[in-house]
Amino acid sequence: MSDLLITGASPLGGRATDLLVRDGVIAALGADAATDAPADVERLEADGLALLPGLVDLHTHLREPGREDAETVRTGSAAAAAGGFTAVLAMANTNPVTDTAESAERVLDLGVAAGHCDVQPIGSVTKGLEGAELAELGLMHRSRARVRVFSDDGRCVHDARVMRRALEYVRAFDGVISQHSQDPALAGPAACCHEGEVSGRLGLTGWPAVAESSIIARDAELALHTGSRVHVAHVSTAEGVEAVRWAKRRGARITAEVTPHHLVLTTDLLTGYDPVYKVNPPLRPAEDVEALRAALADGTIDAVATDHAPHARHDKEHAFPDAAFGMLGLETAFSVVHDVMVTSGRTDLVTLAERMSHAPARIAGLTDHGRAIEVGAPANLVLVDTSARVTVDPSASQSLSRNTPFAGHTLTGAVRTTILRGRVTATDGEVIN
Amino acid sequence: MCPETSAEGTPQPPAREVMSTSDVARGLRRIAHEIVERNKGAQDVVLLGIPSRGVELAQRLAVLITEIEGASVPVGSLDVTMYRDDLRDRPMRAPQQTHFPPSGVDDRVVVLVDDVLYSGRTVRAALDALADYGRPRAVRLAVLVDRGHRELPIRADHVGKNLPTSQAERVTVRLTGHDDVDDSVTISGGDPR
Amino acid sequence: MNRHLLSIADLGDADLRAVLDTAAEMHDVQYREVKKLPTLRGRTIINLFFEDSTRTRSSFEIAGKWMSADTINITGKGSSTSKGESLRDTVRTIAAMGVDAIVMRHQASGAAHQVARWFDESGVRAGVINAGDGTHEHPTQALLDAYTLQRRLGTLEGKRIAIVGDVTHSRVFRSNVLSLPRLGAEVTVVAPPTLMPSGAARWAESDGFTLSNDLDEVIDSGVDALMMLRVQRERMAGGFFPTAREYTVGYGLTRDRLAALTAVNPEAVICHPGPMNRGLEIAADAADAAGSLVLDQVSAGVAVRMSVLYHLLASGLTDEGGAA
Repeated sequence: MSDLLITGASPLGGRATDLLVRDGVIAALGADAATDAPADVERLEADGLALLPGLVDLHTHLREPGREDAETVRTGSAAAAAGGFTAVLAMANTNPVTDTAESAERVLDLGVAAGHCDVQPIGSVTKGLEGAELAELGLMHRSRARVRVFSDDGRCVHDARVMRRALEYVRAFDGVISQHSQDPALAGPAACCHEGEVSGRLGLTGWPAVAESSIIARDAELALHTGSRVHVAHVSTAEGVEAVRWAKRRGARITAEVTPHHLVLTTDLLTGYDPVYKVNPPLRPAEDVEALRAALADGTIDAVATDHAPHARHDKEHAFPDAAFGMLGLETAFSVVHDVMVTSGRTDLVTLAERMSHAPARIAGLTDHGRAIEVGAPANLVLVDTSARVTVDPSASQSLSRNTPFAGHTLTGAVRTTILRGRVTATDGEVIN
Repeated sequence: MCPETSAEGTPQPPAREVMSTSDVARGLRRIAHEIVERNKGAQDVVLLGIPSRGVELAQRLAVLITEIEGASVPVGSLDVTMYRDDLRDRPMRAPQQTHFPPSGVDDRVVVLVDDVLYSGRTVRAALDALADYGRPRAVRLAVLVDRGHRELPIRADHVGKNLPTSQAERVTVRLTGHDDVDDSVTISGGDPR
Repeated sequence: MNRHLLSIADLGDADLRAVLDTAAEMHDVQYREVKKLPTLRGRTIINLFFEDSTRTRSSFEIAGKWMSADTINITGKGSSTSKGESLRDTVRTIAAMGVDAIVMRHQASGAAHQVARWFDESGVRAGVINAGDGTHEHPTQALLDAYTLQRRLGTLEGKRIAIVGDVTHSRVFRSNVLSLPRLGAEVTVVAPPTLMPSGAARWAESDGFTLSNDLDEVIDSGVDALMMLRVQRERMAGGFFPTAREYTVGYGLTRDRLAALTAVNPEAVICHPGPMNRGLEIAADAADAAGSLVLDQVSAGVAVRMSVLYHLLASGLTDEGGAA
């Protein structure tokens, strides 16, 4: 692999500098970079662009195996690269479920073969996501996939006994349980939106906020009791945020993520019954959205995760209650978060890098990602243009699916170039092979 | 747009009065006399006005016939909206009331009354509607104005005034009681002169 | 008027009054020897019912036939939908046969809205009439309720109407609460707290109706009409109320409550969208009382649906650009 010289980039939006990458590692920074570069070095002019550590997504659904018509590891990780990600975690709710060492290694290998970004499988907590018996957590961890994050996402591990045992069991290898915090008993199986005035008017069954916050509170108690780590996937309510804040204050080993769409979109978008806005957890009222933004800024919420959930077109063309849950997220995540958090002045680029790269890498135990931009660190990087205005065009997506809720939205902040171990994987939304 | 409504704001040549209040009164009186004469009295006559101004005219004719004959004539209204063949091309209109006198129409001499006879399609619709309600002995047609341009083989039995017009022109009938102005018939629009 | 009738909200004030006025004219057709108008000759209307409803379906079918439209019934159950075909494919297949309107009943809230949007997006000219979507709306039911009440009470201006029962699962409530206040009625919604829709307090405040958990208090305060909603026994399993007996005692129109109702206001009337659970939400005496409008509602149903079909279909809505 030839050396790569990046010139004029601003690390975390700071002073512009040059950066030399050799053998997938940052070899030199500043004046040394150009000096040390060989004559035939590949150059990447990055004047006016900010340089961030490659983004890390704790929460994606890549659909392979089982629904390769909606997404594959190859297309999903291509979308990730286009969106500035150098590592993504792939949720376990595929068909078959990732609940064995073999299935986890298969996802890992598919990611390596595609080569767009690191694809780290998440193992299920319980066999077949049934919520009853533990999956082979230890074997998944001992496998080549080194699984460390476990989740029944899509479903809540609602049985307190099962959750307790899972937390205790993964403590042996510092694993973490990522919980879809939603008490299924607090809403019927027909729930498909937020319970509130809008659902009342629309005649839809909803999940009340307490279905989320009560599970977070319970899991916090279990985390304190077991001394294990629990991670709250896609927190979506003000009450949920408050429960996380309370748990942290008490010293529980708890982290939380929020999706880009929950930072921007509100439940009143459901008025037209368009299933593109159907997602689980559901879109919430504006008060919740504001609480999530504040919590992400102040660190109560540790990370942004996309919950990228591709769906074949026909799975979204049923009646609203029957349509599939989920939205695309990988390619729009940076722009959405930058627009709502940084452009608006709620926080800065350094914090964005913390929430979208450093923290998620730390939570998932990915040592090659989310590192400081310094000599010796793996060159997993992304160049972004913080002043560019982008309009979301679903047809340009690398994903096999088109279910983005942001079609036509104009946002400030664009991903320009993604670099995985010194190799450019995507430029301006196009994947480089 | 239907030809009887003109767009607001379009410059129109001034309306020209073709029947004054007294012309209208004379025309109606003549029609009343004709109906009585034709029928040899008011026996069995039922007047059915076609909404909206036809109803007002039918009521006036009833009063006139009563004055002439000394016996009252039953009056009703027959809405033809649901029977029109031009609904697709016209602005939506709410149907108006159909009201039959208690005597009904079977074996009666029904005189349909309308303000303007033009294409004949309204009368065609009225004949269809009437057939769904009963079987009159005879049906006659009385109109205040016949402006020509028939599209169907229909003619009026009693006409207040024959009025040659061009199709670009618009005939407006105003009736006290219906329009809150004095009776008049005016012509407007047409080729700019 | 809108191309589709999905919600009462699709009707402006003038539209609402026009539909009710036309219904009055159409009502007379029912009593004619020849119950046939040529108005919709050559038009094709599909009654697409994914959920059983003999009453609503036959009412729409009669309305269409009396206006000379060709009406065809398709039941969604057992059709391609149960084989996993998407709703969009199902309805577009039917529309491709060249129909002028689809009258649609579906168990999912919002289904008719989705279908209308798909039609609009893809240039399908068929109109969509919502004949009940899940627990969302049932606009023609609300229109016939308003028509029936107006006919009996003379006007709805200043009339006090209580809607009582399983409000949260009621599409009849959701449509009526949009129409009755606009016609001048003062609406009170009565239900146990478990059967009130979520967010009802804010909703009531912004839309101008009141809420109560006490039926006796509402009756004693004097009402002009009681609209009793159907209660499904399956709701007990969802923990919405403990037993049928307890529901009846708290929220049923019992013989005692009927007496109280007429004692305060002898002219008070009773509505029910049907089918009734006699003995649960309404006592037999109340259902058959002099003030019961239950059969008037059914009879008005045909007239109101004729009116709706006329207003949506008679003009050029399915023709190029809607000439009118």
